[in-house]
Amino acid sequence: MKLLILLVIVVGVIALAQLAKIYQLSARLRGHREEEISEADTRMNGALWIVFMIVFYATTIWQFVRYGDYLPPAASAHGESVDTLMNFNLAIIIFVFFVVNTLLFIFPYKYRYNKNRKALFLLHDSKLELIWTVVPSIVLAVIIIFGLKTWTEMTGPASDDAIRIEIYSKQFDWTARYSGDDGQFGATDFNLITPSNPLGIITEEGVMLANVKLTDKIAKLQAILDIEKVHLLTEKAEIEATLHGGDAHGHDGADSHEPSPDHTAHLESRLHDIETVLSSGEALVMTEAAYEAKEDKIYRLERHLQRILELQPYKFSDGLSGWEVGKDDRIVKGEFHLPIGREIEFIFRSRDVIHSAFMPHFRAQMNTVPGLPTRFKLTPTITTDSMRTILDNPDFNYILLCNKICGSAHFNMGMDIVVESQEKYDAWLAEQKVYIAEQN
Amino acid sequence: MGNTNHKESFVSKFVFTQDHKMISKQFLITAIFMGIAGVMMSVFFRLQLGWPGESFAILETFMGKWAPNGVLDRNAYLALTTIHGTIMVFFVLTAGLSGTFSNLLIPLQIGARDMASGFLNMLSYWFFAVSSVMMLFSLLVEGGAASAGWTIYPPLSVLPQAIPGSGMGMTLWLLSMTLFVVSSLLGSLNYIVTIINLRTKGMSMTRLPLTIWAFFITAILGVLSFPVLVSAIVLLMMDRMMGTAFYLSDIFIGGEALDATGGSPILFQHLFWFLGHPEVYIVLLPALGISSEVIATNSRKPIFGYKAMVGSLMAIGFLSFIVWAHHMFITGMNPFLGSVFVFTTLLIAIPSAVKAFNYITTLWKGNLRFTPAMLFSIGLVSTFVTGGLTGIILADSALDVTLHDTYFVVGHFHIVMGLSAIFGMFAGVYHWFSKMFGTMMNTKLGYAHFWLTITCGYGVFFPMHFVGLAGAPRRYYNSSSFDFLSETADLQPIISVFAIIGSLSQLIFLFNFFYSIFRGQKAVQNPWKSNTLEWTTPVEHIHGNWPGALPEVHRWAYDYSNPAHEEDFVLQSTPLKDGEIGH
Repeated sequence: MKLLILLVIVVGVIALAQLAKIYQLSARLRGHREEEISEADTRMNGALWIVFMIVFYATTIWQFVRYGDYLPPAASAHGESVDTLMNFNLAIIIFVFFVVNTLLFIFPYKYRYNKNRKALFLLHDSKLELIWTVVPSIVLAVIIIFGLKTWTEMTGPASDDAIRIEIYSKQFDWTARYSGDDGQFGATDFNLITPSNPLGIITEEGVMLANVKLTDKIAKLQAILDIEKVHLLTEKAEIEATLHGGDAHGHDGADSHEPSPDHTAHLESRLHDIETVLSSGEALVMTEAAYEAKEDKIYRLERHLQRILELQPYKFSDGLSGWEVGKDDRIVKGEFHLPIGREIEFIFRSRDVIHSAFMPHFRAQMNTVPGLPTRFKLTPTITTDSMRTILDNPDFNYILLCNKICGSAHFNMGMDIVVESQEKYDAWLAEQKVYIAEQN
Repeated sequence: MGNTNHKESFVSKFVFTQDHKMISKQFLITAIFMGIAGVMMSVFFRLQLGWPGESFAILETFMGKWAPNGVLDRNAYLALTTIHGTIMVFFVLTAGLSGTFSNLLIPLQIGARDMASGFLNMLSYWFFAVSSVMMLFSLLVEGGAASAGWTIYPPLSVLPQAIPGSGMGMTLWLLSMTLFVVSSLLGSLNYIVTIINLRTKGMSMTRLPLTIWAFFITAILGVLSFPVLVSAIVLLMMDRMMGTAFYLSDIFIGGEALDATGGSPILFQHLFWFLGHPEVYIVLLPALGISSEVIATNSRKPIFGYKAMVGSLMAIGFLSFIVWAHHMFITGMNPFLGSVFVFTTLLIAIPSAVKAFNYITTLWKGNLRFTPAMLFSIGLVSTFVTGGLTGIILADSALDVTLHDTYFVVGHFHIVMGLSAIFGMFAGVYHWFSKMFGTMMNTKLGYAHFWLTITCGYGVFFPMHFVGLAGAPRRYYNSSSFDFLSETADLQPIISVFAIIGSLSQLIFLFNFFYSIFRGQKAVQNPWKSNTLEWTTPVEHIHGNWPGALPEVHRWAYDYSNPAHEEDFVLQSTPLKDGEIGH
């Protein structure tokens, strides 16, 4: 197969080369030069511009007919203004597209080369140039004003009775969080993330538990390092050298005085410990790289512990009671629900890299940025059921999908959205899992 | 530098040359090879996008373990799109376009013996060559090439835990781009100094051909914006290697909370786009300059509104520095700040409109010679207008919310910057081929190349607008992974077919190019009957460009079909007739 393809390419190149040669030979015979465009070529290219224009326009119109109703109707209040703005802008640019391209394709046909004609010596025309500076400026001014009006409306502050929902992204799924009956979200910290606390919600128990677990982990790792044979032997040799004097002077002249009695006692007890470990047969042997990796891990865990120790209630506005509000937060995966007609303010957070929360049916999108919470508000206007009727598609679902490259499964990172009546929404929410800090 | 031919060794003539004409050819040929690589990558991922999950033997042949059983691996897909973008934007359309034509045309069109510093010019090429090799080599390292998108947003680009390409591949990407920026700066400084200082007698700034104006403004943009990319890269490297946290904060990945707080990933985006947006114009302006020259010459008509053309180049160049955050409307940036950037971005449409209308008026009542260069230049105006118009929609922040990072964006920038710039590059190659190699390219093959390219170009990128309007995100490995994407899924194979045909039709160009270098018809001195100074140099290259004294300039570059003259062109070096009023 590969050979065949190669063969076809080689034969193709040879054929082209031969054709070019024949063409050149005949051109030379006719005294033809490359820079001279024959009348036939002028006619052909002039006509091709017109053909190209017709085909281009025909396919453009076909695409508008076939794909023009690009998305189902906007399912959010601001989405309707966005669609109006879109149609307004599209109308303008489609008009200009056809006018300018038509001139551009017809002129080459009309003014194709004619050796009996001389081109018009036209340098500039201030009036014309003023027209096509001023007219686009006015059109653009309208576009800007219309656009910014819509933009200001959709990005303004959310009303006080808006429902707040947190959308949390990580490679490669979404989690939604609803506040509990207190209407407040518990504070979060990325240092507290565990499999059972995927959002890192802060509770007093959680902080203590993390503290204990980390301390324990560090101790376990340290215990392994403590019985590493090579390091123990080295340490043993150094202690013996110090205790028996003399030898140590060679490489550390400044430290030539005898160790104090206390220090000697300390060293002796350490030496005893080392010997016990070595003789017990518990000692481990590991490569230097493995040893260093463990040391590095301990360092990182210590830093982690340090950051958790810095999590102090007084750093939060409500003090320790602020640490209680997270306990009744509801955590939702797979799909999340919205009540129709209520303003929703989304708060977006990210765990690892930048993702983008894209909800095309609601004309909504906002990046989720680690370390920087972002917001977007919208009011759903069409329930999932109504939209299924409108589209005549019983399987239709609103969707939240990732639209910022985030890794290998980026293309698969979605979560369904259900829009329903307030009653159904309330009932659904009551069933959702309530977050309670791990107790064990 | 004398103006006689020295006896030269092969190395000093073809490798470490300081002659601007040879350096220009080096840039062009390197860029062509990078272009072949970049286009092949796009064909590979278009195969996956057109027919998700289908097995293609060719993928396994080229990609090996990255395409097990002929199906492209997910990470390899991201790596291909990333390196495709990087290569096309920087290596082909920045270095290939600016490097080739600024080097070739600046000394020739302003009447200089060479660049201000031949040595820096040589260094500029060699930095580019090394960075090209390094970028291609990064495809071969463990973990694969950088795969965080050509915009390499952190934290994804910092954390190898997040994506394998952010290991060695990303390190090489960053090093390669640093070398690239050095190359670009050396080149740009040289262009600026040369244009300011080495213009021949009579060549005032207002008599410069528009090509030179475009290269001049491009070089200024490059000098002001590329160093910012280096700063961004240095900070990124420190985050990767030295445990700093310029761009990182509150990250939990791979089961571990990272020891990085207080940084901001958004900072990188500001720095990146401070280069990234001027970069769009660094790519586009030289193409506009080339097309101005080609359209005027082949319309046999002065460029319409020369001063407005220069003015709008300057306006576009200036505005390009205060629009960068329109790439960031949905990053959580203050919405009011967003409004400011909506305003400045839409302002760019005004000078762009002026340019488009001036091009069209130049064609009006002209006497149009359809050389391949002319066809590509007209095509450029079409793609510039078509792609520019959709920019109006993306600049509107309220609409960008829905369209950000969808195929609409891909369609938009591939048409306005990809097609326009590559058309400008093709126009330049067809037009100045004889100045580079002393031979002519085949016109008939040029026609076939043009018509196939414009048809496939629009065929690939125009439907993407509809795919994007339907909400399909870009950089998805599978174009139908969600139900609602199926609405436009049938466009994906069509796009892929056009992409494959379009890529294959570039073989016509490659054949024509290399065949004509060796076997093309011998060129005459001024084949297009053009006015500019490069056509007064001998066909055979000599050091110092002109055998005798430097030519003196008496008029502007666009005296085509001047009624005061018999011929329909008047060389810039032709003295004014009695009573003639010059420009």
